Amino acid sequence: MNIQIRERPEAGASAGIKTAIADCDIHPARATKDELYPYLAKRWHAHLETFGVHAYQGMMEGPPYPKAQPNASRRDAYPPEGGQQGSSLSFMQKQHLDPNNVALGVLNPLNTGQGLRNQDLAGAICSAINDWQIEKWTSKDTRLKGSVVVPNEDGVAAAAEIRKRAGDTNFVQVLLLSRNVEPLGQRRYWPIYEAAQEAGLPIGVHAFGFGGNPITASGWPSFYIEEMVGHSQCQQTALASLVLEGVFERFPKLKMVMVEAGFGWAPSLAWRLDKVFARLHAEVPHLKRKPSEYIRDHIWWTTQPMEDPESRDHLFQTIEWIGWDRLLFATDYPHWDFDEPSRVLPAGVSDANKQAFYLDNAKQLYGIA
Amino acid sequence: MTSPIAGGVDCDLHPAVPHLTSLLPYMNDYWRDQVTTRGMTDLISQSYPTNSPISSRPDWRPAQGKPGSSLADMQRQALDKFGSAYGICNPLYGVQMVFSEDMADAFCRALNDWLVKEWLDKDDRLRGSIVIPVQSIEKAVAEIERCARDRRFVQVLMLVMGDMPLGKRHYWPIYAAAERLGLPIGIHAGSAYHNPPTSVGWGSYHIEDYVAQAQAFQTQLTSLIVEGVFARHPNLKMVMLESGFTWLPPFLWRLHKFWRGVRMETPWVDRAPLEIVRSNIRFSLQPVDAPPDGDTLNRLFDHMQSDELILFSTDYPHWQFDGDDVLPKGLSQDLVRRIMIDNPHATYARLKMKETTP
Repeated sequence: MNIQIRERPEAGASAGIKTAIADCDIHPARATKDELYPYLAKRWHAHLETFGVHAYQGMMEGPPYPKAQPNASRRDAYPPEGGQQGSSLSFMQKQHLDPNNVALGVLNPLNTGQGLRNQDLAGAICSAINDWQIEKWTSKDTRLKGSVVVPNEDGVAAAAEIRKRAGDTNFVQVLLLSRNVEPLGQRRYWPIYEAAQEAGLPIGVHAFGFGGNPITASGWPSFYIEEMVGHSQCQQTALASLVLEGVFERFPKLKMVMVEAGFGWAPSLAWRLDKVFARLHAEVPHLKRKPSEYIRDHIWWTTQPMEDPESRDHLFQTIEWIGWDRLLFATDYPHWDFDEPSRVLPAGVSDANKQAFYLDNAKQLYGIA
Repeated sequence: MTSPIAGGVDCDLHPAVPHLTSLLPYMNDYWRDQVTTRGMTDLISQSYPTNSPISSRPDWRPAQGKPGSSLADMQRQALDKFGSAYGICNPLYGVQMVFSEDMADAFCRALNDWLVKEWLDKDDRLRGSIVIPVQSIEKAVAEIERCARDRRFVQVLMLVMGDMPLGKRHYWPIYAAAERLGLPIGIHAGSAYHNPPTSVGWGSYHIEDYVAQAQAFQTQLTSLIVEGVFARHPNLKMVMLESGFTWLPPFLWRLHKFWRGVRMETPWVDRAPLEIVRSNIRFSLQPVDAPPDGDTLNRLFDHMQSDELILFSTDYPHWQFDGDDVLPKGLSQDLVRRIMIDNPHATYARLKMKETTP
């Protein structure tokens, strides 16, 4: 496949969509390497220049599986003033928020302190990213809302960061990634869930991250496509862990959003969990309900990358198994696998379901009037 | 319920090795001595603890010994009960967990010879899978060639969780030998536990490990397809055993979407993933991860867009269903015939061979 890069007269705007939408997965980026420095103590400037971030993977720069295009982002999304895709608010407004009629945009910053091995550095960067989200994005455009990023491997520090941001309307959720040092249901992460429940913030679990574990249960695969597809398997096991460890029994008001990992697999996973649970209940007596019931009550799903079966009936049946009230539209702007809002749903969806899918589910979950 | 029809092929039976010492007669002096001198214990995998509810149906559990260790029980409870014409034995014994390729080789040879003498020689309906020492490709190929001379071996058996993704070129000599000898590769649930059993690390519970088998099958299918195994070996069949299959449609939607997006990375994948699955991949029936109503299941079969993918299995003696409900509700008689007879015969070419030994 050859990717043709054509000059575009205007900022690649879409045909536009008439109704307002919520975009529950937008990735804001830093324009320059030192854009975060004003929010970081001096100590960390020198540390970063000397040692870098020291992640759970081998590369000092760039991902272990090279993406299919720079920064895994749209080639038409470079801001005219320079910097990487997603790093300019004015260009994001012009290319995406305005033409696509985005009424609510949830920011999910990547490349933060999450998944770093030095926990003090992780905490400092996460806190800086949270300040930066307010100053550069949410205070400048009220359609945008931030996600509290936390040093996920240090549950106590992460909980402190959540409590620091509790009640701040710049933020609508806490952000975790699916791949961590341990499966997400493990006790080391429970302080995060406790603080999020207390603050009334849902937790978005975005695909990706590095915790040092191979992305398959059989070791490291060869190709980028295996990593991309594999995120959905990581998400499945992370969700199974959350359910089976009893996180939703212990934190009954906790809400979680599975971000960018697909949703088509949800029914099959829930059926499998229920079937095995019927046999192995004795091993997990802390569960009082069937696994599928915890999933139905506590989990929401963002749509991008949209499930794309040949037959729209297959898509509709799958969504009916999950619930039209549980899907949150997302584009993944500015990443390459961006979902175009006007094309993502096939014909034949009722107006009420469309309204829920594109906007109302998100507003309700995130408490936006 | 849906009634089974006579003459089916049960593609997933698990005869149990009573104890490591049962294999001693099939080892040479050196390994017999190693086993006894070093006080080696039985090779029971974490995947199937002997007393766990999923390791045996309560009514199939013998008064003593491991579930699946008695031929008479297997005959009465599975082969006769469901009227099977053939039953394919997939021994699950912890030889894949062993770290030494020499030890694994000795144990695999003993296991395969034990299967012939204790099972295949005693019931004409039984066929076997060749268990291979994946720790060494050279030794694995040699063991396939050694056993394949006996045509009652109809497949090569591997586990879904090993050291490396199964599509890796490292494993291709195994696939070349299997294709040449008319043996499908059966990939069964289970782990060598050389990597964490999930792609996000070690969980706390057996139930987590068991649920995670389905995700492991998904990543292996990705690996097998995108590495180009079936472009190189177009006649090779692979059978996912005890994998579940209701995850297949959404898995393929995602793989297809990303394949369209980044296929320049793997240009040798010149057919859509769904087409590759249709021509080269099959799945055992049990477990059926779906609600008990026939409507949902029929929708899932519709999502799979093929009635050729599923092969009848009881997973004996594992607990996948109660009573006589080996077939889920709602299957048409035509589909039952395909699942129980046509599809297995189209997959296992060696079932047609009249003379079982050369």
